Amino acid sequence: MGMQDFNLLEVERLWKVYHKTEKALDLSDPVAIEKAEAAGAVIAVRDVSFKVKRGEVFVIMGLSGSGKSTLIRCLTRLIEPSTGVIRVKGKEVTSMDAEELTAFRRGEAAMVFQHYGLLPHRNVLENVAFGLKLRGLARELRESRAQEALRQVGLAGWEKKYPHQLSGGMQQRVGIARALVQDTDLLLMDEPFSGLDPLIRREMQDELIKLQKEWQKTIIFVTHDLGEALRLGDRMAVMGAGVFVQVGRPQEIVMNPADEYVQRFVQDEQRIAQLLDKGRVSRVRSIEAHASARAGR
Amino acid sequence: MFPSDIEFHVAPYISDFVKWITVAWEPFFTAFSNMVLGMLLQIEHILVAIPWWLWIIAVTVIAWRQTHEVVKTIMPGLLLFTVGIFGFWGIAMETLGIVIVSVIISLLLGIPLGIAMAVSDRCNTLVTPILDAMQTMPSFVYLIPALMLFGLGKVPGVVATVIYALPPVVRLTNLGIRQVSSSVQEAALAFGATSWQLMKEVRIPLAMPSILAGINQTTMMALAMVVIASMIGAGGLGEVVLICTNRIDVGGGFEAGWAIVVLAIVIDRLTQGLVRRWDTPGV
Repeated sequence: MGMQDFNLLEVERLWKVYHKTEKALDLSDPVAIEKAEAAGAVIAVRDVSFKVKRGEVFVIMGLSGSGKSTLIRCLTRLIEPSTGVIRVKGKEVTSMDAEELTAFRRGEAAMVFQHYGLLPHRNVLENVAFGLKLRGLARELRESRAQEALRQVGLAGWEKKYPHQLSGGMQQRVGIARALVQDTDLLLMDEPFSGLDPLIRREMQDELIKLQKEWQKTIIFVTHDLGEALRLGDRMAVMGAGVFVQVGRPQEIVMNPADEYVQRFVQDEQRIAQLLDKGRVSRVRSIEAHASARAGR
Repeated sequence: MFPSDIEFHVAPYISDFVKWITVAWEPFFTAFSNMVLGMLLQIEHILVAIPWWLWIIAVTVIAWRQTHEVVKTIMPGLLLFTVGIFGFWGIAMETLGIVIVSVIISLLLGIPLGIAMAVSDRCNTLVTPILDAMQTMPSFVYLIPALMLFGLGKVPGVVATVIYALPPVVRLTNLGIRQVSSSVQEAALAFGATSWQLMKEVRIPLAMPSILAGINQTTMMALAMVVIASMIGAGGLGEVVLICTNRIDVGGGFEAGWAIVVLAIVIDRLTQGLVRRWDTPGV
């Protein structure tokens, strides 16, 4: 098995049910599930399986309420899955005890959040070094590493500022630096750019593409924005009502949407592509542009 | 009318219980009493040893550092000066001593209790009604048993003051910790914070403005209670008020009352300044 084929993340038959019967529910029994749903159970993630190769950017796209945020939180058990198996580098996350799980979160997976989740009473440098502090690293060591991470995201010189003194885009750079400094192979990004205005969002996407060329991390990227999914994703999954409706390369999904739900997502992109074919639009966001951006990585 | 034949009284049982505990636990209460009294005397000793002008200078300097405004800087020192003018300096220090000891005990009990209530919903539901009772029960009701258990003097005054002043710091510690943004907590957990680290690094620091507001409230309540506690011989400014009231000495009562108000204003300003200094930027 070569490095390229190595599955860094494997998810098998993952479920997340929100109901008081969650623990007792037999999820292999469709009748029991139907009954529970009738009794008010909410199934946020429904039998989801996927594999992500090392160095791959896997985008999970869906509307709000589709279960994508729940799914990404299940991967580090910030939300405890009902059933299913999650393996990272072959280690079974779902069977870890509390201590192993803490070690896993400290060393194997780093996360970037939509609402940044920065500590308001700590300055930028301390925020970036926070994960290293939790691991018990000495101050000089963690601060020099945090400094390096800040340099990479273009925030050198901002170490002593507090989060509220920064714009949204810059706060998210701090969030990315905080994840980066953890030096994990797996990077989980939950709508990291959704709260930013379109121009800044675009800039952050470009920067992520650039940085990813260096890092070669395995990224799980959650978004509700198809454009973002097309720009960033090596592969993407369209999620609706807790299930993966379609999984594939972004171009394939735009060309051959599996059903009406996916069709609704991609119709704008298709229209732009058609216009481009007819030569009526010279320079717009398009599948081709995405493709060339991706080829340029 | 409520039928009188199903009336039932717990009063004799409670009276008997207090009588019994007074006798049976006498060594314990005496030891506790001596400990608190020792602490009290030591603090009083220090407070009195500091010359009056140094107090005024210190208060003025702190006020300047907190406000940087001329009027707000001069006022606390000037007010303290009037306490001395009325001849209450020593007595005011006595009152301050009881307040300080009561607040220290309240914080030692209250902050951990507030944290426990924030962590455990069960603890929260259990303790909340007790706090309600502590705040609404007329203080005279527990002044008498405190008197029986700890004897006449300052110690029962401290105990009664703690009972009265404890709830705000407990409630505001609990509230402050519970109100810490869940997205910040989630991020800390995602980076591998243990529940202890989450408390120490995230929840308590972010709850600090609320906890300090609780400390401020507790201090003010303690001062209010110390006056009532003078009825069981706690001494201090409250005693002067009590004596003047009994003699229908309106002017003397006003002077002593004024001194209490001054103490309250000065303590309030100083502890509120503390709250503002701790206030997290941008939260």
